Amino acid sequence: MKLDETKTGMTVRIDSLDESKLKQRLMTMGLIPGTRVEILNSAPMGDPIALRLRSYNLAMRKDDAAKIHVTQIS
Amino acid sequence: MATLSVALTGNPNTGKSTIFNELTGARQKIGNWPGVTVDKKVGVIEHNGRKISVIDLPGTYSINARSQEEQVVSDFFKQNKPDIVVNIIDASNIARNLFLTIQLMENGIPLILNLNMMDEAQRHGIKIDMKKLESAFGMPVTNTVGRSNKSVRKLLDVFTNAVMSNYKPSELITEHIEKVRNIERSGLAAAKVEEEIIAARYDLIDKIMAQAVTVSAAGKTLTEKLDSYLANGVSSLLLMVAIFYLMFQISFNWIGQPLADLVGEFFDETLVPWAAESMESAGVADWMQSLVSDGIIAGVGAVINFVPLIFTLFIILSFLDGTGYMARVAFIMDPIMRRAGLTGKSIMPLVMGFGCGVPAIMANRALDTHKDRMISIFVTPFITCNAKVPIIALFAAMFFPDNVANVVFAMYLAGILTAIVMAKVLSKTMFKEQESTFLLELPPYRLPDPKTVLLEAWDKGKGYLIKAGTIIFAMSVLIWFLSSFNSDGMTEDMNESYLASIGSATSVIFAPQGFNTWEAGAAVVTGILAKEAVVSTIGILYGADEDAISTDSEEEANETAQTLLATSMGGAFTPLSALAFMVFSLLYSPCMTALGTVKKEAQGFKWMAFVFFYTTAVAWVISLIVYQGGKLLGFE
Repeated sequence: MKLDETKTGMTVRIDSLDESKLKQRLMTMGLIPGTRVEILNSAPMGDPIALRLRSYNLAMRKDDAAKIHVTQIS
Repeated sequence: MATLSVALTGNPNTGKSTIFNELTGARQKIGNWPGVTVDKKVGVIEHNGRKISVIDLPGTYSINARSQEEQVVSDFFKQNKPDIVVNIIDASNIARNLFLTIQLMENGIPLILNLNMMDEAQRHGIKIDMKKLESAFGMPVTNTVGRSNKSVRKLLDVFTNAVMSNYKPSELITEHIEKVRNIERSGLAAAKVEEEIIAARYDLIDKIMAQAVTVSAAGKTLTEKLDSYLANGVSSLLLMVAIFYLMFQISFNWIGQPLADLVGEFFDETLVPWAAESMESAGVADWMQSLVSDGIIAGVGAVINFVPLIFTLFIILSFLDGTGYMARVAFIMDPIMRRAGLTGKSIMPLVMGFGCGVPAIMANRALDTHKDRMISIFVTPFITCNAKVPIIALFAAMFFPDNVANVVFAMYLAGILTAIVMAKVLSKTMFKEQESTFLLELPPYRLPDPKTVLLEAWDKGKGYLIKAGTIIFAMSVLIWFLSSFNSDGMTEDMNESYLASIGSATSVIFAPQGFNTWEAGAAVVTGILAKEAVVSTIGILYGADEDAISTDSEEEANETAQTLLATSMGGAFTPLSALAFMVFSLLYSPCMTALGTVKKEAQGFKWMAFVFFYTTAVAWVISLIVYQGGKLLGFE
């Protein structure tokens, strides 16, 4: 599934990132294949979402999250 | 001995600025990096008889030159070899922070790794073995507790004692660098090379983390608990409204206004009489007395009055920003702002705009993309800044005495709505092709360092003080001259002055809005120099005594309104044309200082010209709709 389809409370592992202008920036922020990501909470109306990865919290829009493929691990 | 040069580098939100402020105190200079709109902070201190010059590089996640900040850091290290480079690392967020560290090491820059906020890391269950980290990198590792002056002072000893040439990168690092060089030589596409290198850096980080850091599961942190209220769902918006309401109450009613009253009192009751008396007894010429009292002191005084309000607002905003709350506001407001063609990050500049547009326009630097920055810069001037408030206060008291609060509220709302609508229009037209993104770190909640809060508020607000001392000063002299002279020399009758000629020429374009008097035209022109001038120009031109024009409090605004209603102004405006004039004054071209800021921040004279013409056109059209629409509905 893609990161924008996840729900609050899920933990996922990143499989791959689609090609986009944002890809390198996302990777720089630690979104590398294999990274564990926890979905924390969301803004009103569910978008953007807040994530926890590599012991910090990052917010991103669902449009950008849709470029990240993940597998649920819990 | 030569001055020791020290550069501080690190990610955003690591407490780097706080360390810099602790090290240098008020002995810092804030300038601009050449060619870009990024702050350059330098401070010189003396320690153990040694001069140390500290430079605070902008906070960045990497040095890939994708943003202005990254470009600055990358260029800095290409052109300079500071004696010591300190990489400030947020210990509670070490994994991501080490990315920059490794990138710097790849560039052959010897570093001191300074772990900041170790106490916070421990609370989060993160234990860092400093000795092991030191051997993992081959570089010295120190630590500081962000807000403790003593621990930061210790760094100074490290600076003066460190001999960086004694440190060599570890084998782990040299192997990594070798690996990076191989990827670079692999002949892959440039983007692919970059991605492989990024992955290699995180591989190395994982290795180092396994060696030197233990992460044990901690329970829910305070940040997570707070975020479930402050950054989650619709209720977080209500909390935000409450917090902002409190902020404006404190700035405008509880602390800012009483202070402003004191300053105003000092001007009216001490400075003006004193200046008049001293000039009188010194036998200064009449025209000079008039220039100083009516021109300079009145003009500058009108601006100084706003200083306490603006600084109180900016101190609170800097405090909220330092706690990490403003990042949450950006997060929860993004759904709304995005639909308006903006981004959640525009909230901070727009809120600052209620104080003064100049630092507000500069605050747009924090936005991600060119599109977001430009749109946000272009709509910030529609927000009702402090200097526009007297216009609303006076006209509401004069022409809508029974509905003052409603009219004031409606005017604020009109500014916000125009900003939102124009943002939408701009994003769908001029910037249609460009992308907007929103990627934002939500740092842990922290109690900010008071010194850093004050320095930041000062940095944001000082532009306003400078404006009072320079532009307003010059403008006061100019308006005084234009209203006291015509081609025949000094004139007692203002109706014959230069200002009257300029005003009547300008007023022609306001015939459809019903306020085509030369006095209104002149007020509009002086308002471009500074919005504070609109009310004072109107007052002076309608022949009110200078001292009688004040809108500092409700009673004073009412008194001024009564005074002015007795003049020909009462007949010059109908309630409807007064409303049209208010709307126009709120929305048309920002003041000269703000226009200059647009030129600098949007990087182009043409953008400044664009803002001048498009805001004035928008104001003209909306005030036209108000007047003609009102007439159609049977109002006068």
